[in-house]
Amino acid sequence: MRAPLLVFVLLVAAAAAAPALAPYTPERIDLSVRRQAPSTAHLFGTDELGRDVFSRVIYGARVSLAVGLFSAAVAGASGIAIGGIAGYAGGALDAALMRATDGMLAIPRLPLLMIAAVVLQPSIPWLIVLVGLAGWMETARVVRAEFRSLGGAGFVESARASGASHGRVLLRHLLPNAAPAVAVAVTLAVARGILLESALSFFGVGVRPPAASWGNMLYQAQSALGTEPWLAIAPGLFILLTTISVSMIGDDLADHGGARRL
Amino acid sequence: MTPLPRFLVRRFAHAVPLLLLVSVLVFLLIHAAPGGPLEIYLANPNVRPADIERLRRALGLDRPLWQQYWSWLWAFARGDWGYSFSDGRPVAARIVERLPATFELVAVSLAGALALTMPAGIGAAVGRGRWFDRAVTTGSMIGVAIPAFWFGLLLQMIFAVSLGWLPSSGRATPGDADLVDHLQHLVLPAAVLATVLAAGWSRFLRGSMIQTLAQPFIIATRARGLPPPRVVLRHALRNAVGPLIALVTVDAALLVSGAVVTESVFAWPGLGSLFTEALARRDYTVLMALLMLSAAAVVVFNFLGDVAHALVDPRVPAA
Repeated sequence: MRAPLLVFVLLVAAAAAAPALAPYTPERIDLSVRRQAPSTAHLFGTDELGRDVFSRVIYGARVSLAVGLFSAAVAGASGIAIGGIAGYAGGALDAALMRATDGMLAIPRLPLLMIAAVVLQPSIPWLIVLVGLAGWMETARVVRAEFRSLGGAGFVESARASGASHGRVLLRHLLPNAAPAVAVAVTLAVARGILLESALSFFGVGVRPPAASWGNMLYQAQSALGTEPWLAIAPGLFILLTTISVSMIGDDLADHGGARRL
Repeated sequence: MTPLPRFLVRRFAHAVPLLLLVSVLVFLLIHAAPGGPLEIYLANPNVRPADIERLRRALGLDRPLWQQYWSWLWAFARGDWGYSFSDGRPVAARIVERLPATFELVAVSLAGALALTMPAGIGAAVGRGRWFDRAVTTGSMIGVAIPAFWFGLLLQMIFAVSLGWLPSSGRATPGDADLVDHLQHLVLPAAVLATVLAAGWSRFLRGSMIQTLAQPFIIATRARGLPPPRVVLRHALRNAVGPLIALVTVDAALLVSGAVVTESVFAWPGLGSLFTEALARRDYTVLMALLMLSAAAVVVFNFLGDVAHALVDPRVPAA
């Protein structure tokens, strides 16, 4: 648990401290140092406008990590709401909500998001909402399953009998029991959010230039694979490092947190 | 009714509202664009406002949204998928001409992924904790976490640009398209898809095999003195492979449309590339047809996966 968590915390800290860590302004164009290979002055080299790739990776981390973390929060919150209502209410409402979940799972996520991004031209906050809304289904299923299996439990009945409202039973009695499973689902949503953002930006419909994200840096790198391979290596490695550490955190939560394995 | 037709009817009854829901979502999303489906013409200075108005009427875009939805849905269900905005040809024709390339890539990738998954998943589970298991676990962890497009770029950089062994994109060299050339074009995109799929699958098969190998009936077969390979391959695998079949079929369905990333990186002329081309040109009729088809593919393959699972494992009721 510790090593992946440490890596992830370091990445978030580096992103937060970007202004202090980055040696150059990420958007600063310097045509005298265009297309330079990695050196001590430019750790990860420079791009075709002479911008420092290291600085852009650090600033890009802010965007990529923010999209990953906040979209997972959106996905988690909507998943808890939908799955919680379905699992607690049961009956026709449960059936309808689960059909909707199946429907959403039947649409390939990335193409749907690509269309949404082209049509709506979202700013970064709206991009976070979109990615989150495309990822609530897993959490909803997990929450519903937990609530269904706990629905008849004695402590739920006794809470209701002692006059607790439905809302109180949901939030204070059922949700804490589903917490370990939700934690795993939301952790996986972080990794998925980062991958989705990078893919959207790679296709030029996510985070738009001049702002840097790991995905749109790779979009830019694609045209210079032969001459400036460093443009493609650094951002990709950072995506990989982040998603691996996040999914390892998720695995550890699943193994040791008492949650069902997904 | 015998069990199977009843099962078919129930699955069908589930699939219809699901696909309707998908169609509403897709339809609303495309009509949410500021200029609706004609957005691309609004930005074109050569298209006069009067022309746009005429197009709007010709395409029925001036009618209430629900009427447009019904006429689109009715036409779509009858196989009339409209005409591509970008070249005026029937959408169905544009999709059909891309199918061979996609099927070829998907078939080769699935075969490659299964060829990797079986030995990796079984070997890791049997030798749990040993070096082979650790290699498989680490490899699949990376394979699940790696962005497919970046993996594609890396392979292009290494095998096409630096070493020059393989072509970096396309399906054939114009004028020199023999079988060898064709296969060379197939290697890199198929390698990306197969690796990414095998990573998820072998992780799954490993877990499923470990669970099965710990069950009493396996211990019993061992106690009866059956040779270990027979215990693993005949008795354990048959039980562990069922859930994997369901996963494989769903992934196969998503691949038919969802190889968007890989096909685009390698300019492989299948449905995935058609999707990104249509996206760049705001070709909404093509986009809607592709999304509906892929949702339908997921539903159908899901069903086939359940049937296959029930056939392999008699304990699973076809339900």
